[in-house]
Amino acid sequence: MKKCFRTSLIFLILFVTSGYAFGMSEAFKNNIFNPGQLKPVDSILKVKVGDKAPDFALPSLSGDKISLGQFKGEKNVVISFVPAAWTPVCSDQWPGYNLAKVIFDKNDAVLLGITVDNIPTLYAWTNQMGKLWFPVLSDFWPHGNAASMFGVLRSDGVTERALFIIDKSGILRYAHVSDINKRPDLKDLVTALEKLNNK
Amino acid sequence: MKKTSIINYVVILLLVFAGILFAEIAPPEEGGVLPEVILSLPEEPVHQKYLGITANKKTFHISEINAEILLIEIFSMYCPYCQKDAPAVNELYDKIAQDGNLKAKIKLIGIGAGNSPFEVDFFRNTYKIQFPLFADGDFSIHKRLGEVRTPFFIGVKVKKDGTHNIFYSKQGAIEDAPKFLSLILDKAGI
Repeated sequence: MKKCFRTSLIFLILFVTSGYAFGMSEAFKNNIFNPGQLKPVDSILKVKVGDKAPDFALPSLSGDKISLGQFKGEKNVVISFVPAAWTPVCSDQWPGYNLAKVIFDKNDAVLLGITVDNIPTLYAWTNQMGKLWFPVLSDFWPHGNAASMFGVLRSDGVTERALFIIDKSGILRYAHVSDINKRPDLKDLVTALEKLNNK
Repeated sequence: MKKTSIINYVVILLLVFAGILFAEIAPPEEGGVLPEVILSLPEEPVHQKYLGITANKKTFHISEINAEILLIEIFSMYCPYCQKDAPAVNELYDKIAQDGNLKAKIKLIGIGAGNSPFEVDFFRNTYKIQFPLFADGDFSIHKRLGEVRTPFFIGVKVKKDGTHNIFYSKQGAIEDAPKFLSLILDKAGI
C-alpha cells in the first residue's frame, strides 16, 4: 500500500509540474527542456537606476564583439538577459521583441539579447525564432561576467530574467528583474522607453 | 480510523485529483464540445456587432457567439509561427467577409495565450487584424483548452438548438487560406 501511495504521489507531482504554458510555439516543438518551477529571483542587483551602467564587451552571433560603450551618445540601449536557451519562457520572449522592432526604433533604442549560453547553442536556438533584428550576445566566458556586473547571475550559473534600459549618456534608467518563471509584460518595457524618450 | 484506511482514502483522492487534471489538459477533440470558456466583451462596437453580443454584457460564453461555424485561433504575439501565419489568417477572414453566403455563418476569433491586453493590441495593430482578439494573460483559457501549442485552430459547429460540436481541432499554421477554407467548409458540411 505504501508503494501504491508513493507511486500515486509521484504521478501527481509529475502532472502538476509538467503543465508549462510557455515555450508552446510550434516553432520549438519537442525541443524545449522544462526545468519546472524555479526560485523566482536568486540574486541581488548590483546596480540601481541613476548609476553609470557597467560596460562589457561580448561576442555576438554575427561574429563581432559588441560593447555597451559603443552606443554611448548614439542610442538608448535595452538589455534583455534571459536565463537559458531551449527553455520555456525564454523561447517565448525574444520572438515578441523581434515583432516589436518598431517600438525600439520609435524610441531610438537598440536591443541587446544576452544569455550565458555559448555561441553555437545560441545560433541553433535563435534560428527557430526567425531572423532576429537585434544582436544576440554570449556571456558564456568568463562565465556570466556581464550578468554578474549587473547582479543578475543566479547561483546555478544562469541569469535572471532581467531588463535594463541605459540612456545615451550611459546612465541606467530602468531595471526590472522578473520572476524567472514568467515573461514580463511588453507594456512595462514600452512605458519605460517612452518615459525615457519623452524626457 | 485505521492507518491503512487513511492511506487508501488519500490514494483515491490523489488519483481523482490527477484524473481531473488529466481531463483538463486534454486538447479539444473533434466530435466533442468546448469547455466552459468565458470571454470579456470586446470594447469595439464593430466587434460586438460581429459576434452578435449585446453591449450590456461584460462577459459572455463562447457558445453565445452568433455563428453557425466558429473558428477559434489560439495564438501568441511571442510565437514566430503565429506571426508568420497572421497574413494567411487575415486572408481567411477576408475571404469569409467577402462571401455574401459565408459572412453571416462563419465567425473568427483569436485568443492570445499568455498575452496581456497590450500585447494582443500590439499584435492586432501590427497585422491589422479585423476579427476580435481576446487576451488570456494568465493562461486560464489556454489551460482549459488543453495547453495546446500555437498556432492552434478549433472549428465549432453551432446547431439550431444551441448545442455545438467541435468538427476541427488541429495545431499548426493554416498557411494556405483558400485550401483551409475549403477544408473547413467540407468538414463542417456547409
